[in-house]
Amino acid sequence: MSLLEIKGLTYETGNKEILDDFSLTIEASEVHALLGTNGTGKSTLAYLIVGCEGYRPTSGDIVFDGKVINDLKIHERAKLGITMAWQEPVRFEGISVEDYLTLKSNDAIPSLYLEMAGLPPGLYLHRMVDKSLSGGERKRIELASVLALKPRLAILDEPDSGIDMLSTQDIINVINAFRENGSAVLLITHRKEIALVADRASQICGGRIVCSGNPAKVAEYYETRKCLVCDGEVCAYV
Amino acid sequence: MSDLDLLMKAYGEAGGDKAILENNEIAHLVASGHKLLSMKSVEGLEVEARETLSGISVKVTVKEGIKIKNPVHLCFGVLHKKGTQKIKMDVTLEKNSSAHFVAHCIFPEAEKVRHIMDAVVKIGENAEMRYSETHYHGLYGGIEVVPKAVVRIANSGRYFADFTLVDGRVGTLDIDYAVDAGENAVTELTARVFGHASDDIKIKEKVVLSGENARGLIKTRIALEDEASAEVTGITEGNAAGARGHVDCLEIVKDNAVAKAVPIVSVTNPLAKVTHEAAIGSVDKRQLETLMAHGLTPEEAVDVIVRGVLK
Repeated sequence: MSLLEIKGLTYETGNKEILDDFSLTIEASEVHALLGTNGTGKSTLAYLIVGCEGYRPTSGDIVFDGKVINDLKIHERAKLGITMAWQEPVRFEGISVEDYLTLKSNDAIPSLYLEMAGLPPGLYLHRMVDKSLSGGERKRIELASVLALKPRLAILDEPDSGIDMLSTQDIINVINAFRENGSAVLLITHRKEIALVADRASQICGGRIVCSGNPAKVAEYYETRKCLVCDGEVCAYV
Repeated sequence: MSDLDLLMKAYGEAGGDKAILENNEIAHLVASGHKLLSMKSVEGLEVEARETLSGISVKVTVKEGIKIKNPVHLCFGVLHKKGTQKIKMDVTLEKNSSAHFVAHCIFPEAEKVRHIMDAVVKIGENAEMRYSETHYHGLYGGIEVVPKAVVRIANSGRYFADFTLVDGRVGTLDIDYAVDAGENAVTELTARVFGHASDDIKIKEKVVLSGENARGLIKTRIALEDEASAEVTGITEGNAAGARGHVDCLEIVKDNAVAKAVPIVSVTNPLAKVTHEAAIGSVDKRQLETLMAHGLTPEEAVDVIVRGVLK
């Protein structure tokens, strides 16, 4: 039994179909990269899996550990072990990095997870998770906080965006840390070097998987700018 | 038990450190209702306090060049269910001096209590004053608190004030502060209030940036629940070249609470700049979802967000 099984998922909003009979499986401890151009439904898929308000399947099922979770709320899914690092993490006034990393896991060692995300604990533990952080710093703190939760499935929505080029290896290290902790990862990315960390990869277009398998091959296919689903209407790849 | 013991007991229960009264290096003034209970000064700090027919009159002067090492504690309160406390404060920081005042205002049993503060503050050239005021009004909401302050900051002076009322009921709160900042002066006014039940909060803070390169920030953080209401007016005037001011108001509203923010900004000098931002509404959805994805229930997530904003 797969850890996550998405079966024939369709999601429509405002008469627009974002996902169309979408299916995907992720095994326990698997890192699965999801590639696709902007607007193809990657983040929408993430919101559906994590259970954001207003994101419920039009049809199809999201099955986690053998249980259909379509109607569970975010915190109920989090209790099952599903969590997410948002593409643009929000800021919080008055909450220190240390408190943020121990919100629900009192036994977590915040400094350890900051180090894993490439941030020196001495410089960051007592800072606030607010506007004083740069986008890249906030992103790493979000990754550290998700690591600290030791989830069964972590959805990382473009963990590399907003991160300077020299720090790509830090992001790769974080993804590997999830794997070493036994977490499965749905890794949404646009960058080949990040996708290559995955065990498997899929390319999405027009709300469907168009190619799936070895990350190097999927990335290579992605780079050929071909799409068999939308015929160029969505991703401009023909 | 004496009034002083009772007040200090309430102060301790509200999280204060009672040992300050015994420490000879820490200045303090303690008043219950219209009775002065205890007073201590330190070198360079002059305190004249007296009971008058209408309340308590306090004159505080920090002498020129003196930097008071430890915070000066001001402990005011009404311990009974009913009563009035009127305090007239006259604070002067002479040139090149500095001091940090920590005010504790405690009304644990208030059912029909009025606390009126009328303060005039003069900050001398290159002097710095920090004023942290924490209130505890008990659980009944039967209190009216009316603090007024007029502050004048001379050139290169600095004034930082922080008002906090986040535990227990508020009752009726009507703050009215006005600050005038001279050349190169800096001021920051911060207020954090959590209103419950039928609490009624009015905050009016005005900063006039009179001198060149003066800086001012008005920051207000309000959380409201039940039937509570709040109206926050932040006024900043930039009247000199290089003056910079900002008004920042955030109000989180739950249940049937009502919030209003009125930022008023004006400049009379083309080289001055004043900005404002105000956000009123329920808890931010993305913040809520982020915390829920960390395993917090919606109620826990709201509590974390509100407490953070009021911190």
